[in-house]
Amino acid sequence: MKMCYFDHAATNPLHPEVLESMMPFFKEEFGNALSVYDLGMHAREAVEHARAEVAALINAKPGTIVFTSSGVEANNFALRGAAIARKQQGNHVIVSKAEHHSVLNSARFLEKQGFVVTYLPVDNHGLVAPDLLKKSIINETVLISITHASREIGTVEPIKELSAVAKERGVAFHTDAIASTGNIPVDVQDLGVDMLSMTGHQMYGPKGIGALYIREGTRIAPLIYGGIQEGGRRAGTENVAYVVGMGRAAQLAREEMNDRMEHVRKLRDRLVQGIAGIPNVYLTGHPENRLPNHASFVVEFIEGEAMLLMLAMKGIYTASGSACSSKALKSSPVLLSLGVPTALAQGSIVFTLGRGNTEEEVDFALAEFPQIVSKLRAMSPFANKGWDYGTKNDTCYVGG
Amino acid sequence: MTLKFVEGIKADVTADIVYMMCPMHLLKLDELIRELDKGQVLEIMTDYDGAMEDIPAWCSRTGNEFIGIEETEEYYKFYIRKLTD
Repeated sequence: MKMCYFDHAATNPLHPEVLESMMPFFKEEFGNALSVYDLGMHAREAVEHARAEVAALINAKPGTIVFTSSGVEANNFALRGAAIARKQQGNHVIVSKAEHHSVLNSARFLEKQGFVVTYLPVDNHGLVAPDLLKKSIINETVLISITHASREIGTVEPIKELSAVAKERGVAFHTDAIASTGNIPVDVQDLGVDMLSMTGHQMYGPKGIGALYIREGTRIAPLIYGGIQEGGRRAGTENVAYVVGMGRAAQLAREEMNDRMEHVRKLRDRLVQGIAGIPNVYLTGHPENRLPNHASFVVEFIEGEAMLLMLAMKGIYTASGSACSSKALKSSPVLLSLGVPTALAQGSIVFTLGRGNTEEEVDFALAEFPQIVSKLRAMSPFANKGWDYGTKNDTCYVGG
Repeated sequence: MTLKFVEGIKADVTADIVYMMCPMHLLKLDELIRELDKGQVLEIMTDYDGAMEDIPAWCSRTGNEFIGIEETEEYYKFYIRKLTD
């Protein structure tokens, strides 16, 4: 059975050239990047070369990149570190309701430490309104975190406008760009952010490596205490092979960005057009301002998990909500934040395309998916009589 | 060594390493002092308490002048005048 992998928001396959770049650092080049003899110097050079590549991908200076163990760690580091470093100035933090768990749960942790958190609502496309952000800032606000692009609904936020609002009030601004970095152009100078999280495995690099961009002059308390690795900001012996892999992945992403975007956009549009023909299926997220590889839907009367598993039996791998929510069989907080009714949010299905996907694979999915929907609806007690959503209104959640 | 507290010292170069872990204060000091001209003043901002021992000791070991320390609510400012070539 041929595998059609349409779950690139969960993870990407490793690029063969990335693996090749990493191999020497698992074998003969095993030195510690802090050791002062030649073996250590090789490792240090490799780490610094990778840092420069990651920095180049987001138009930053190499010294502003701190490697972490994941994008989630980068989000934790930004939220907790920046808030704690500013606690003398104020105790108010703003995040959006459509953030990833790593941001939301870090915000909840801060609440337990005495911070007050405002969870900003988003509109039915998942967008945060700059005006609303402006009204939410108070004298005690010290940190704002808004995602750059949503893994679940694909919406790309107007970060440049949002960070400008923060800058006007002198508030530090972080963006979770885990889903976007390497997939669409990300320029920290243009976005105007103080901190930006990213991860290796969303750009065909390895899992277990991420990075946080920290603008020069931005104070941040460490999350992991120890020695002087990463400029004294994140302790722990550098994971040289993975750092090298992320650096190579960043370089390839920069070089191939336009081709990759064009490729996935074409496939995505074909997929959306095909799925739009199925009755009672709605696109979630913004119809235009979205990741080029991202097609997310809610399907009435059936469960996302059932669709996902039946697609997987055909070799078609997709997601239902975020990987975390899906595993817990929990309604996606992101979909609920758009105003999607709880019952309908259970029918989430997300296709995220990648550089290896083909038109044939998309056509195969388009041939199989409507049959799966029909089969499941035939078993659904709700398919014939419909749902009473209670608070459903005409403007909620539907992308187009 | 007795710590000397000072106020209003004007620095030629400032390094903000607040929240950066030990021994970054010594590494930065060593790195930045090389970039200064003789007689110029370096300001190091750090929250690391151990710097109160380390920086004066570093100055005495390297022949540079430890001018003094200014304390704020969140961190310390250390002032060092370069005396060596």
